[in-house]
Amino acid sequence: MAEPLLKVTGLNVSFPTDDGVVQAVRGVDYTLAAGEVLGVVGESGSGKSVTSLAVMGLLPKTAQVTGSVTFRGQEILGADEKVLQHIRGHKIAMVFQDPMTSLNPVYSVGWQIAEAVRAHDKGISKQDAMSRAVDLLTLVGIPNPSVRVAEYPHEFSGGMRQRVVIAIAMANQPDVIIADEPTTALDVTVQAQVLETLTLAQEETGAAMVLITHDLGVIAGQADRVLVMYAGKPIEIGTVDEIFYRPRMPYTLGLLGSLPRLDVVKQERLTPILGAPPSLINIPHGCPFSPRCPMSQPICDEREPALLPVDAPSGTSELPAAHAAACHFSAQLVGMAPSDLFATVSADAGLPAGEEAVAE
Amino acid sequence: MLAYIVRRLLIAIPVIFVSTILVFGMVSLSGDPLSDFKFTIKQRNSPAIAAQVIAAEEHRLRLDQPLPERYVNWISGVVLHGDFGPARHLNGSIASNLGERMLSTLQMLVLAMVLALFLAVFVGVISAVKQYSAMDYAFTFAGFLFLSMPVFWLAVLLKEFLAIRVNNALGRTVLFTIGEETPGLTGGFWTQFTDQLGHLILPTMVLAMTSYAAWSRFQRSSMLDVLNSDYVRLARAKGLSNRRVMVRHGLRTALIPLTTVVAIDFAGLLSGVIITETVFSREGMGRLLLQGIAGKDVYVVMAWLLVASVLVIVFNLIADILYALLDPRIRLD
Amino acid sequence: MTEPTTGPTGEPTSEPTRELTPQPLSGAPRVEREFTVQTRSQWSMVLRRFLQHKAAVLSLALLVLIAIAAFAGASLWHYSYRDLTGDYSKPPSWKHPFGTDASGHDSFAQVLRGAQRSLEIALFVAIAATFIGTIAGAVAGFYGGWRDNLLMRLVDLVLTLPAIAIAAVLGHEFGGRASGWFYIALVFSALLWAPMARVIRGVTLSLREKEFVEAARALGASDSRIIFRHILPNTVGPIIVNLTIYVAVAILAETALSFVGFGVRAPDVSLGNLVSNAATAASTRPWLFYFPGLVIIMIALTINFIGDGLRDALDPTQNRVRS
Repeated sequence: MAEPLLKVTGLNVSFPTDDGVVQAVRGVDYTLAAGEVLGVVGESGSGKSVTSLAVMGLLPKTAQVTGSVTFRGQEILGADEKVLQHIRGHKIAMVFQDPMTSLNPVYSVGWQIAEAVRAHDKGISKQDAMSRAVDLLTLVGIPNPSVRVAEYPHEFSGGMRQRVVIAIAMANQPDVIIADEPTTALDVTVQAQVLETLTLAQEETGAAMVLITHDLGVIAGQADRVLVMYAGKPIEIGTVDEIFYRPRMPYTLGLLGSLPRLDVVKQERLTPILGAPPSLINIPHGCPFSPRCPMSQPICDEREPALLPVDAPSGTSELPAAHAAACHFSAQLVGMAPSDLFATVSADAGLPAGEEAVAE
Repeated sequence: MLAYIVRRLLIAIPVIFVSTILVFGMVSLSGDPLSDFKFTIKQRNSPAIAAQVIAAEEHRLRLDQPLPERYVNWISGVVLHGDFGPARHLNGSIASNLGERMLSTLQMLVLAMVLALFLAVFVGVISAVKQYSAMDYAFTFAGFLFLSMPVFWLAVLLKEFLAIRVNNALGRTVLFTIGEETPGLTGGFWTQFTDQLGHLILPTMVLAMTSYAAWSRFQRSSMLDVLNSDYVRLARAKGLSNRRVMVRHGLRTALIPLTTVVAIDFAGLLSGVIITETVFSREGMGRLLLQGIAGKDVYVVMAWLLVASVLVIVFNLIADILYALLDPRIRLD
Repeated sequence: MTEPTTGPTGEPTSEPTRELTPQPLSGAPRVEREFTVQTRSQWSMVLRRFLQHKAAVLSLALLVLIAIAAFAGASLWHYSYRDLTGDYSKPPSWKHPFGTDASGHDSFAQVLRGAQRSLEIALFVAIAATFIGTIAGAVAGFYGGWRDNLLMRLVDLVLTLPAIAIAAVLGHEFGGRASGWFYIALVFSALLWAPMARVIRGVTLSLREKEFVEAARALGASDSRIIFRHILPNTVGPIIVNLTIYVAVAILAETALSFVGFGVRAPDVSLGNLVSNAATAASTRPWLFYFPGLVIIMIALTINFIGDGLRDALDPTQNRVRS
């Protein structure tokens, strides 16, 4: 088996605050192979962003990080700043969530792209760096790039700004692009354009991508494999087909149930998951999803389930590419649909779910 | 950019105009400037002569004119002839007095501002970068201390205690405490220059210390905001060196709000100037004002307030332009 | 069967949590429809955060001590500030803790009196300036238009002139009278309201654009309801912080004015004119110089720390991470 490009093992991140220690990430493992797209899904507060910030070494100094992150076999977690600076923007690039605040308002767009180029190519001249900036702008689809390269971020719309950020990420042909909720702050129509640009970036650079989002629709279109996170823990991982069609953890099932689907013939009502994620301070024992889980049994509150492959008996050697889920009763979920587990909640809840034709 | 400047200039003119009216009204309506004068004249002379003398002085000061006429005469004199009106206790015209004193004041003011700015940025940045460290706490406490210290107390403290100690320790007078220069000093340019500098050190320090405190607190919080911003995070994610991120992305953006703060504080600095000149007996604009108020020299006071407000407005204009230069976002306004 | 579980985690709010099922169509009691999405700090939380700020708490205690001494001390101390005790230019002793001056006044009594006077003026100015400034700022920010323009131009004008200069000009006339301190306080109030108005205007402007105001409007709330129920409660934070700072600003301004002779004048006593009287003799009789100055510094310093603590307590977005 080929050496994975990026390998995260046992990542734990906690932050001390006035109210207590926030355990943002509790034991994340995943691997990323060259060229593949890993989608990371979870609600706000599930720890998905913190995980990737930890990989890049961009967490605040107060964060306590343990575990291991290796890139091409080299340990980069807690590595020397010089090593990290070589990797950031060059081997692993990042795209952040809010395009309105990601770009420095006082420098032109071209200057900021050129800065990224010059940071990793010390010998390049300013003119060459700037013309590369124009090339990159053309690539990401900014119209009139030779003029717009001198303009400032506030003269661009949100979607265009995000494309500039993607251009910056692409600038040095990285091996990995981490996109942290790249479309969350944008309108739906613009989302599609930005996702296209991301795909283009991937094709151009041949990079692998970690795509973090809470939007399952985005994942469905882009990802090869999916990691589902909840309350700082990975609770299911598998290929995109396995996750979407054969989920084996109630949370994943619930997520799918809250998503309107165009690929299902028989229209079902949406079945949201009631309640809210737990506080990350003083996390109770047992499965963090238990309070909201319709299948919850006493054992769920006592023992936190481990992330285990679903189709192999427990105790087999770990297979990073296997479909794994963290649920004591994962086997019972075979063939279940979301409405089997979660109830519809709406004004006309008295009507049997699925039988009333809503719209044909 | 040019349009922006022109627009700001055009707004400034009516503001100056209204402030002249305000100044004139305030001074003219705050009592009879000749009350003491009348008292002494009446004491020393017969009623008939007293009445004549008083009437003559009233006429000279245009107090026999109705207010609107007085205002027009005053303002047209200033704008058209540079004539600020008749003074009571001055040698020479108000304009020439103002001119001489402005040099003394501006020397101190500009030097103090530059010093305070450097200190504030330095302290603010270090405090932000090493947040919650011992240095941060020390700087914070020092900042609070100087914020709470009255300018006049610090001035007297430095004058009476520091100057003597330092001069004794060095064996010669390095820190002067009175005036702008040693009277009767002979010697070339260099001697004059160092002498003036020696007279400037203490008052400048006093002015600078009290300003730097407020600005450094502000710079610290501005820097903290910037350091936690998304674009600084992106800059780091690009793989830029720490130094570059801190200076090019951090400091550069954090300096922008400081221009506004400094501009707002300028009027306060002028107040500080008044105090400092009093303590260090410098013949600057501040002393002129106090002497004018004490002597009920209305035209002197009006001239001072007018010049002060023009200075403030001009300074604010410069700050606005600087702000537009630093922050491209507002240029399109 | 699933059922609604624990409400949103994190800090408890005083607003009803958003219900997960819609209202029944008939008969149910009407629930308060307007809810502010903005989480307002509960006062107990604010208090708790304030108490964590050690410097602020210490300063509060000190300030209360000083205030009590200033206001009650005059009647408790056996010398009055006007007494001529016959001890001339004596350094500090048990009889005269702060020493005496050339005329035999007991410096301790004078400092107490000066502190009282200065605090009176400062409190008056702070409250008056805050009051005027808040109203002006709220009106300007909320209504915009010509009201905003007019008020802000007025603010610009007031801010153009150095405060001490104006106060000297105006106060000179009236400062000499027995009740002169009141006029000085008035003059400073007329100058200090301007920065507060700017701050409140800014806060009002940003609040006005928030969605919960729009939502309230959509539900038919009137202007005054919006101002009082939604906007003003959210300005309380900046108001309190600035009010506190103003007391310090006012004390420094008044003492400075008295120092140059245009504020509180003899025979009345202010910490400022105590220092000016002592300035020439500072090296020979340092006690006359140090004590009044130190009291000013103590008052202003404690106020500044308290203001800092209040700012931290009222602004929950500043997360102070324990090291």
